[in-house]
Amino acid sequence: MTDLPAATAASSRPDGRASPGLRARLPFLIPLVVLAVVAAYFYVGLGRDPHVVPSVLINQPVPELALAPILGRDRGLTTADLKGEVSLLNVFGSWCVACRVEHPLLMAVAGQDLVPIHGVNWREPTPQAGPAWLARLGDPYTLVGADPDSRAAIALGVSGAPETFVIDRAGVIRYKHTGPITADDWERTLWPIIQKLRAE
Amino acid sequence: MIVELGHFALILALAVAVIQGTLPMLGAARNHGPWMDVARTAALGQVALVGLSFACLMYAYVVSDFSVLNVVRNSHSLKPMLYKVSGTWGNHEGSMLLWVLILALFGAAVAAWGRNLPPALKARTLAVQAWIAIGFYLFILLTSNPFTRMLPPPADGLGLNPLLQDPGLAFHPPLLYLGYVGFSIVFSFAIAALIEGRVDAAWARWVRPWTLAAWVFLTAGIALGSWWAYYELGWGGWWFWDPVENASFLPWLTGTALLHSAIVVEKRETLKAWTIFLAIVTFGLSLLGTFLVRSGVLTSVHAFATDPTRGVFILLLLVIVLGGSFALFAWRGPQLAGGGLFRPVSREGGLLLNNLILSTAAAAVLLGTLYPLMLEAVGGGKVSVGPPFFNAVFVPLMGPLIIAMAVGPLLPWKRGDLSGALQRLWIAGVAAALAGAWAWTRDMSTLLGLLGMAMAAWLLVGTLVELAGRIQLFRLPLTDSLRRLIGLPRSAIGMTLAHAGLAIAIVGMTGDSVWKQEAIQVMAPGETVTVGRHSYTFEGARDVVGPNYLAIRGTFRVERDGRPVTVLEPERRRYPVERNETTEAAIHPTWLGDLYVTLGDSQGGNGAFVTRIYFNPFILWLWTGVGLMVGGGLVSLADRRFRVGAPAARRTQSASPARPAAAKEVVTS
Amino acid sequence: MTRRVLSAAAVLLVALFLLSGTGHAGGVQPDEILSDPALEARAREIGRELRCLVCQNQSIDESNAELARDMRILVRARLQEGDTDREVLDYVVSRYGDFVRLRPPFQTSTYLLWCGPALILMAGTIAVVVFVRNRARTRDDAARPLTDAERARLAALLRDQPR
Repeated sequence: MTDLPAATAASSRPDGRASPGLRARLPFLIPLVVLAVVAAYFYVGLGRDPHVVPSVLINQPVPELALAPILGRDRGLTTADLKGEVSLLNVFGSWCVACRVEHPLLMAVAGQDLVPIHGVNWREPTPQAGPAWLARLGDPYTLVGADPDSRAAIALGVSGAPETFVIDRAGVIRYKHTGPITADDWERTLWPIIQKLRAE
Repeated sequence: MIVELGHFALILALAVAVIQGTLPMLGAARNHGPWMDVARTAALGQVALVGLSFACLMYAYVVSDFSVLNVVRNSHSLKPMLYKVSGTWGNHEGSMLLWVLILALFGAAVAAWGRNLPPALKARTLAVQAWIAIGFYLFILLTSNPFTRMLPPPADGLGLNPLLQDPGLAFHPPLLYLGYVGFSIVFSFAIAALIEGRVDAAWARWVRPWTLAAWVFLTAGIALGSWWAYYELGWGGWWFWDPVENASFLPWLTGTALLHSAIVVEKRETLKAWTIFLAIVTFGLSLLGTFLVRSGVLTSVHAFATDPTRGVFILLLLVIVLGGSFALFAWRGPQLAGGGLFRPVSREGGLLLNNLILSTAAAAVLLGTLYPLMLEAVGGGKVSVGPPFFNAVFVPLMGPLIIAMAVGPLLPWKRGDLSGALQRLWIAGVAAALAGAWAWTRDMSTLLGLLGMAMAAWLLVGTLVELAGRIQLFRLPLTDSLRRLIGLPRSAIGMTLAHAGLAIAIVGMTGDSVWKQEAIQVMAPGETVTVGRHSYTFEGARDVVGPNYLAIRGTFRVERDGRPVTVLEPERRRYPVERNETTEAAIHPTWLGDLYVTLGDSQGGNGAFVTRIYFNPFILWLWTGVGLMVGGGLVSLADRRFRVGAPAARRTQSASPARPAAAKEVVTS
Repeated sequence: MTRRVLSAAAVLLVALFLLSGTGHAGGVQPDEILSDPALEARAREIGRELRCLVCQNQSIDESNAELARDMRILVRARLQEGDTDREVLDYVVSRYGDFVRLRPPFQTSTYLLWCGPALILMAGTIAVVVFVRNRARTRDDAARPLTDAERARLAALLRDQPR
């Protein structure tokens, strides 16, 4: 009950008790300090441009792939096919809306013969679906392998289509693009990387 | 027109809140009665205005006014009426409006019923309440306006996520918000007390019913969400340590701690600063919960990038509310030092242990929930913190808490006798050993079952021992004991109910986690599968047409030892408008466990389906236990002592002292 | 600016696609289940440790997403080939990074996460011990009966409480 009279206006302290010293005050500052640190942390963090975390496979060799051909082709896709020259490896599917968005760009790149594009035809509902989609929209791929059970997709750490890997001469993954490639992505990111890798 | 009225009412409510936040505060500082009295009128005016605003939005939903963007996005003309109504708060903007409505309701409740509060405390509390409201009104009006028109109006709306079209989930958010926002009053009381520089037993007694009410709503809201997940998500899980769940669990943990620390303030005039701190933190976590869930930040930092205005506003509001409160706390807190002796082995010592463990648990859950976000924010990579982490960290903390929960209530205030209390608990020890042994004989592959059941038995019997002691069971004639039981303070009965409820809930949690049985298979009509002691015969499936969905309904005949038990009819619903499917499990609850069946995809076209059959042991105990906890809270809320700050049975005028219950106190404790 | 809008639209497209494939009910399908119950039990345990990459906070064991299903099948295939649990988990982590683990690994970036709860408990315990020790040393004023002067003062205080 000692603090009963200490109540009223804080300025006058009728009980004559000294105002708490710094030592006594310190613990009460902890919440404020913690909040300040957390808030500053978030402020700094949110000020950054949120970036996609690069795949853990960057600078790793392409995993062992031995994909069967899709209908209408007699050659599939293996890891050995991805060595020798700089190439793109594009994961796509006829069910994937965003793949359709980037498709014209891939066609343009293939039409100008800028870089070989290899495809992983991921998880088609039927063996006909992928080839039919390519027949309708055009086929930009040099080599295509079928991946009906996601083995290749999982080996490549893919979580959605489309994803595109830039692979160097030695068959090492050097860059990964998630989502559809826009003209902007191509000009500012992918094409410069390809040229740099060619110069290596 | 009605929609504009709603918008206008909301703007007016903001204006009223500004008045309520300033004049009464000045009045309290200058001891100016009429200015302080403004708070009451303003609080009642606010609730009328926000109520009108909310009613207008609800009207737009009910009549499917598709010139309102919010209605277009979240409703559809074919939706059943219940979900048109619940669609009002089934989206970001509407739920924020519900939030401020409840905030205004609580403010009005204090204004209307808090007649016995000292006028200055009441004026300051209502003013703080208005400050919170101002922040939210601005948030809604500037970033999340539900009354935005869409012209020209489309022919129909986009519909409501079918998962939300469920009675359980229709009422889950309002209950949860009643809990979250209920803590706003406790917060306002705490800030008002800091401004006044006084926290005493009377303050604790005024605050307790509001804490209790918020706790009851929050408990019920969380339980309803958990129950919904149990029957709707289709595999009988009831807690996933999902960030959204954690966000509601955090204020529950600190709110529970607050409920107990306020008792220490009331009885022993100590732990005052800590209690104030808990009140601030609990409301802060409620804010965090509302915001983080609604803004989608918890799923990814990227949500901030997609809608930076809301994100920045949210962060700013949180920093202002918490920063301001903590600054005030740092300034005024040191003067709240309590006096008197504090011994570790005593009732207050037990309550302090309760607070230590609950706060640590809350901090651990908060850390786990925010960690991925924090790590990503500094570019430290992406990690996931999932159930394995939370189970590993949270469950071990609960062990000591439950052991102490049986002992604490047996210790008297000030100076306890631990060995005496433990002697009284011998029968609880025996019960724990028996329950553990029984669990061990059932399944020797894991210690979890043994530990869980032993804890539950210890707590349940320990709680009953305490009750038996109070009513002197077997020492007095039975009729005298019964008379004592009836005469017990409601808060004591409430505690017994809540603690026993937790024990019973633990039986359910343990049973379901450890002994769940599951069978996943393809069943053709006429086939039988046995799970546990029950056999399930699939009798085929047929098409059913619902109000806004098409469904396939399967029929399962369930037998036990050749005797029919029940017929279960799970459904798989397809909602054409929303292009989405839901699974409706069929459940036959029993005290030993729920029989739980869901229907999967059709297989092969000969009427065969993928079926999942579960036996979820003791899960009914979980719901019953939580029900008892809520019931205990309600009974406690009815305690006469708490009516001091709530509706007074015998309304005394100004001559009566501010602490009429102080004398009675000694008798009841 | 257009670049931002375009990429935002793209993200939205991807999100729309991904979410549409995500069911909420179910998980393991009958045709995935291994005939060896011990192996199947191990597969379920591993499934509960791995995050479904296209869902919100679900393990692959709980998810209906196609990728989750393929990952479950992959886990089972690897177990059948004789991999240990550890090897299966390590393989998936080597493809997707730590993000895929629901139980974060104990490493530099997660020391604070794993040690945090224990540190908080320790700090709290120390604070409680300090508090109780300070209080145990103060004289037990409450136990001493009030003097007459104090009694009079208390009565006066109670009478004059401001309303």
